[in-house]
Amino acid sequence: MTELFRKTAAELGALLAAGEVSAVEVAQAHLDRIAAVDSKVKAFLHLSADTTLAQARAVDERRAQGEKLGPLAGVPIAHKDIFTTADMPTTAASKILEGWRPPYDATVTSRLRAAGLVILGKTNLDEFAMGSSTENSAYGTTHNPWDLGRIPGGSSGGSSAAVASYEAPLSTGTDTGGSIRQPAAVTGIVGMKPTYGGSSRYGLIAFASSLDTPGPFGRTVLDAALLHEAFSGHDPCDSTSIDAPVPPVVEAAKNPDVAGMRIGVVKEFGGEGYQPGVLARFREAVELLESLGAKVVEVSCPSFAYALPAYYLIAPSECSSNLARFDAMRYGLRVGDDGTRSAEEVMALTRAAGFGPEVKRRIMLGTYALSSGYYDAYYGQAQKVRTLIARDFDAAFHQVDVLVSPTTPTTAFPIGERADDPMAMYLADLCTIPANLAGNAAMSVPCGLADEDDMPVGLQIMAPVLGDDRCYRVGAAVERALESRWGGPLLAKAPAL
Amino acid sequence: MSAITRDEVAHLARLSRLALAEEELDHFAAQLDQIVGAVARVAEVAADDIPPSSHALPLTNVFRPDEVRPCLTPEQALSGAPAVEDGRFRVPRILGEEA
Repeated sequence: MTELFRKTAAELGALLAAGEVSAVEVAQAHLDRIAAVDSKVKAFLHLSADTTLAQARAVDERRAQGEKLGPLAGVPIAHKDIFTTADMPTTAASKILEGWRPPYDATVTSRLRAAGLVILGKTNLDEFAMGSSTENSAYGTTHNPWDLGRIPGGSSGGSSAAVASYEAPLSTGTDTGGSIRQPAAVTGIVGMKPTYGGSSRYGLIAFASSLDTPGPFGRTVLDAALLHEAFSGHDPCDSTSIDAPVPPVVEAAKNPDVAGMRIGVVKEFGGEGYQPGVLARFREAVELLESLGAKVVEVSCPSFAYALPAYYLIAPSECSSNLARFDAMRYGLRVGDDGTRSAEEVMALTRAAGFGPEVKRRIMLGTYALSSGYYDAYYGQAQKVRTLIARDFDAAFHQVDVLVSPTTPTTAFPIGERADDPMAMYLADLCTIPANLAGNAAMSVPCGLADEDDMPVGLQIMAPVLGDDRCYRVGAAVERALESRWGGPLLAKAPAL
Repeated sequence: MSAITRDEVAHLARLSRLALAEEELDHFAAQLDQIVGAVARVAEVAADDIPPSSHALPLTNVFRPDEVRPCLTPEQALSGAPAVEDGRFRVPRILGEEA
């Protein structure tokens, strides 16, 4: 029998439902795997075996009492440390929240618990989800399981690395400019950014509120769909949450049929700045979809060329406002309160000591873009570009059912390579940002290894608002066809840790 | 275009309540200047007649009934506070002290 920790969430759910394994056994197998490999991968910021096993015991008891449980009951999950958890610290990988124990659970957290998912621990991220590599974490960098010298993507890099290294079958992420899809792409797993408002932001520590979207990671498209369904849907605690049914994502993941679907290749994403091996795998994936009966056309989205600059005005502007809450008064770090300093001085000392360089850069950039005299030229103009990007999507989705592109221009880069060059780091989000600005659904699914470096490449599938199920249908079709070509999942090719 | 000077970073840091060290000002000035230079490309887009979008979805105000609901206890609300006194957040002085 395959080791328990190598099984998919769907497989584990079936074994648990059949009573062939207990949730405690499954949790222990993953805790053992974490103990064996996390000193190399460093995916987790907080682990508490006692808390994890207590959750698993509770699920086993509910099952023993005959309670009807969902398909993921007893399945372990790694939880991004940006969602509040009342029984574990929540830091957003920032020194300003070191040791903070939130008094309440995020909606995503409470829905994981209600579904019987067993939380293994909290995963590393770029501080406040600002970055593409986890190098901006105040607590160290997570390593890519495919090559420990490379980044695991970011900001949800702890979550992608945990799933890619078999420490957890599932994990949560948040995607503001690509923070789920880019880490999924560079670690060879599936990552989904749901439609904005499809999953609740309540208890998600805010970075850019008009963009932040919780979403799932899994090693298979079906696993991602099961998790997507478990924590999504309307939440009265988040006034931007959509009051509509969750799209039929699990059904779509089980029906990988693209015959007759119209698929648009985004003309603007390719060429200069893209790694040849990434483009080669992307072209093969498009040919594969065509061979499966999809109709492929090229689609032009001219405003996408301005998505990156627009995003790096809009996201920092929102961040400069959101992070004003870290004022050293009600929770978190307080520095320099010696009885002689004013509240304002303590605030400025605390924020200087508690925030890392990228967070400071973005707060100041946002403050600049919003200041009088610059507002119209920067923030106002970026908002107009946002409208144009949404219009490009609308026009495209009149012609096609989904759009595809490479998820990232390159494979995972070496740790340290872009750490001191913010603009180079920002380019990692080039292809993922438009879907955040327009709010539509988008997925990354593995499509092979680049010839240059044998590192994973992701195919991005973008669908209209509330068309999340289309991503799963196309993603599952690509997964099934490629796995039959490869003779197994892409992750089977990853070197042993 | 060169937009951000060292003095401007010092001003932004004050507005942002960030007590930056002298050497940080130089470092951030160079980086912010580069970033602002890059993001200024949004000006190339002809968008005079385009309405701005502050949000991805068309949203109107969302209301809920004004009802008493369970909430945090004072102990829970104060549980993460750096300093507490008499069941309240204790903060450094906010008003200027009398001479």
